[in-house]
Amino acid sequence: MLHITTLHYLILGAALFSLGVVGVLTRRNVVIVLMSIELILNAVNLNLVAFSRLWGDLHGQVFAIFIITDAAAEAAVGLGILIAFFRNKETVNIDEVNLLKW
Amino acid sequence: MTPIATPFFFYLLAGIMLVGGILVITRKNPVHSALALIVTLLAQASIYLMLYAPFVAGVQIILYAGGIMVLFLFVIMLVSVDRSMKERQFNSQWVAGIIAATALGGLFIAVFTKGSSLFPDHALPIVENDNTQNIATQLYGQYMFAFEIASLLLLVAIIGAVVMAKKKI
Amino acid sequence: MGSLVRSLVQYIQSYLTSDQTPGAAGNMFWALVYIMLVFVGLSIAVIAMNWLERKILAHMQVRLGPMRVGPHGLLQPIADAIKLLLKEDLIPAEADAVLFWIAPFVVVLAAFTVFVVVPFGPTHAITDMNIGILFMLGVSSLSVLGIVMAGWASNSHYPLMGALRSSAQMVSYEVAMGLAVVSAILMTSLNPSGTGTLSMIGIVQAQLAQGEWFVFKFFPLGLIAFFIFAVAMVAETNRAPFDLAEAESELTAGFHTEYSGFRWSLFFLAEYSAMIAVSSIAVTLWLGGWLRPFPNLLNTPTWNLVFSFLPGLSFLFLAAMCFFNAARMPKHPLFRIQTIGLAGFGVVLALIGLILFVPAVSMRVQDISWFSAKVAAFMYLYIWYRGTFPRYRFDQLMLMGWKVLLPMGLGVLLCTGIVGLRSEIWQQILIPLWHII
Repeated sequence: MLHITTLHYLILGAALFSLGVVGVLTRRNVVIVLMSIELILNAVNLNLVAFSRLWGDLHGQVFAIFIITDAAAEAAVGLGILIAFFRNKETVNIDEVNLLKW
Repeated sequence: MTPIATPFFFYLLAGIMLVGGILVITRKNPVHSALALIVTLLAQASIYLMLYAPFVAGVQIILYAGGIMVLFLFVIMLVSVDRSMKERQFNSQWVAGIIAATALGGLFIAVFTKGSSLFPDHALPIVENDNTQNIATQLYGQYMFAFEIASLLLLVAIIGAVVMAKKKI
Repeated sequence: MGSLVRSLVQYIQSYLTSDQTPGAAGNMFWALVYIMLVFVGLSIAVIAMNWLERKILAHMQVRLGPMRVGPHGLLQPIADAIKLLLKEDLIPAEADAVLFWIAPFVVVLAAFTVFVVVPFGPTHAITDMNIGILFMLGVSSLSVLGIVMAGWASNSHYPLMGALRSSAQMVSYEVAMGLAVVSAILMTSLNPSGTGTLSMIGIVQAQLAQGEWFVFKFFPLGLIAFFIFAVAMVAETNRAPFDLAEAESELTAGFHTEYSGFRWSLFFLAEYSAMIAVSSIAVTLWLGGWLRPFPNLLNTPTWNLVFSFLPGLSFLFLAAMCFFNAARMPKHPLFRIQTIGLAGFGVVLALIGLILFVPAVSMRVQDISWFSAKVAAFMYLYIWYRGTFPRYRFDQLMLMGWKVLLPMGLGVLLCTGIVGLRSEIWQQILIPLWHII
C-alpha cells in the first residue's frame, strides 16, 4: 500500500476511465458529455505515461503528447458542431438530436 | 534519490483527481463541471511530474488546462446555461450506464491485478534532466511522420471549426 | 550558548555560499525562506509600482500626481490599501457566489506561482526546473481562466463582455509570445558546448557561454524576436495600449467591474505581478538575466570592482534626491512632519546603500540588483506606453495579434533556424547537391 508501484497508476487510470464512461452514458448535456470524453482521454494518457516510466523509454510520453494534440483538435471540432447544432435547435440536450429517428 | 513524500502526494493527487472526476459528471451547472475538470487536469499534470515526465506535464498545463478548457468555458458561456439547468440532468438509462461502466472498470482492474506479475517490480531509472531533449530526438526522428500528420490534423480541425461556426458559408 | 550561536551562523553561512538553488539541494526550509523573500519583494514591488505609475504618468502629463498623503505622495499606496481593505464586500445579486469568490484567487495564484522559477541569480531561484520557460508560459496562461470566471460570475453584461474580450486577446497574444520564446530557445542550442535547454538558469548561462545577449545575436533576428515578445507581453497583461477590456471609458472597468474592496485589490496585485513575471521572462531570454554588461570581455579586477559599486551608488543617489527634495520643501510649520519623514526616508536609503558597499554583501547582491534593474526598466517602459500610446480598438488588436505578430514570429523562427544551422546546411545539404548537379 505504501510503496507506489505501476499498478497504483493503472488502477487510478481505470477508475478515471470508468468515471468518464459513466459521464458519456448518463448525462444529457452535450458539453458535459464532451468533457467526459476528455476525462477518458486523460485516463489513457495516464496509463501510457505510467508504462513509459516502467520501461524507462520515452515512446509512451511521445504518444501521450500526440493524444493531447488530438484531443485539442477533437474538442475544437466537437464544440463547433455543438454551436452549429445549438444555433438550429436552441437546446444542448443530447436527446433532442433525433431528426433521423423514424 | 528516493523521494520520501511520494505515497502521500500520490494519494492526495489521486484523491483530487477522483473527486474532480465525480464532480465533472454530477454537477448541474456546466461551468462548475468545467472547473472541476480543470482541477483534475492540473492534478494529472502533477502526477506526470511524479512519473518523471516534466515535458508532458508542461504540455498538459499549457494545452489542456490553458487552451482546451478555455475553449470549453467560452462555448459554455455562449450556449445558454439557464435553460439546460432547469431540465432533467440524467437520462432514463442511467442505471444501466452505471452498471456497464462499473463492470468495465472492474474488468480493467481485474486484468491489471492478474497480470501484474508480467511487469518488473522496480521501475527502470529515467534520467530526468534531458527529458525534453530526448523527447525531441524521438519526435523528430522516429515519429516524424506522425508529427506531420498531427499538424495536418490540427489544420483540418482549424478549418472545420471556422467553417462550422460561421453563419453563412 | 556561544557554540549554538556560532553553529547557527555557520548553518546560515553555508547556505549563503551554496552553489545550488534550494530546489536542487532538496532543502525545504531554505526553499520556504526564498519563497517568503520573493513574496515580500513582490509585494514591495507592487506597492512601489502603484506609486511610481501615478507619479510618472502625472509628470508625463505635466501635472504633479499625489502630493498630499506623505512627502511627495509616498504614503499614497498605503492609504489606498487601507481604503480598499475597509470597503464593503459586495456580491451582486444572483451572482454565482462560489465562482465569484474563487476567481480573484485563481488569478493571483497563477500570477504568483510563476515566480518559482524566475532566476534572480545563478543560484538565486527557488528552484530550477528543467522545463522552466514551459512552466512559466503554462502557468501564466491559467490566469485566463480566472478572468473568464470573474466575468461570468458577475452576472452582468459589462463584465461578461470585458472578460470575453480580455481572454480572447490574451489567448491570441500567447501564440505570438510562444513563437518568440521558441526562437530564443533555439539560440541556446548553439552553444559551443552542450545542447539547448529550457531551464531559465540554463538560458542565461547559454548567453554567458556564447558571449552575447540574445537580443543582439544574429542581428536583427534577436531584436525582432525581442520586439515581438515586448509587444505581446503588453497585450498579454491587458495594459495600455491594449487595455480595451479594462478601460474606464469603454467598459466601466471590464471584468472586474463588480469587484470592490479587497477582491479588486487582488486583481490589481495579480496584474502587476503578471507584468513583473513577463518582464522577467523577457529579461532572462533576451537581455542576459542577471549578467552585467560585458561579463567576459571586461573581466579584470578593476572593472569588477567598478561594477560592484553600482548597486550601492544607485541607493546613495536615491538618498541624495530625497535630501535635495527635503531641502526644497516649503518652510511652513504644517510641512514639518513631511520634511522630517522625507529626510528619514533618505537616511534609510543611504544606510542601505552603505551596507551594499560591504564586499561580502555586494558579491551576493550583484546578480539580483542587475536583474532588478533590468526588470525596473521594463516597468518604466510599461508606464511610458500607458502615457504615450492611444488605445487599440478591439478588432485592430486582434488583427495585429494574428495577422502581424504571428507571421513575423514564424518568419523569425524560420530565419533563426536557418542562420543558426548555416554551417550544417552548407556542409550536408548544399555541397552534396552541388556535386549531384
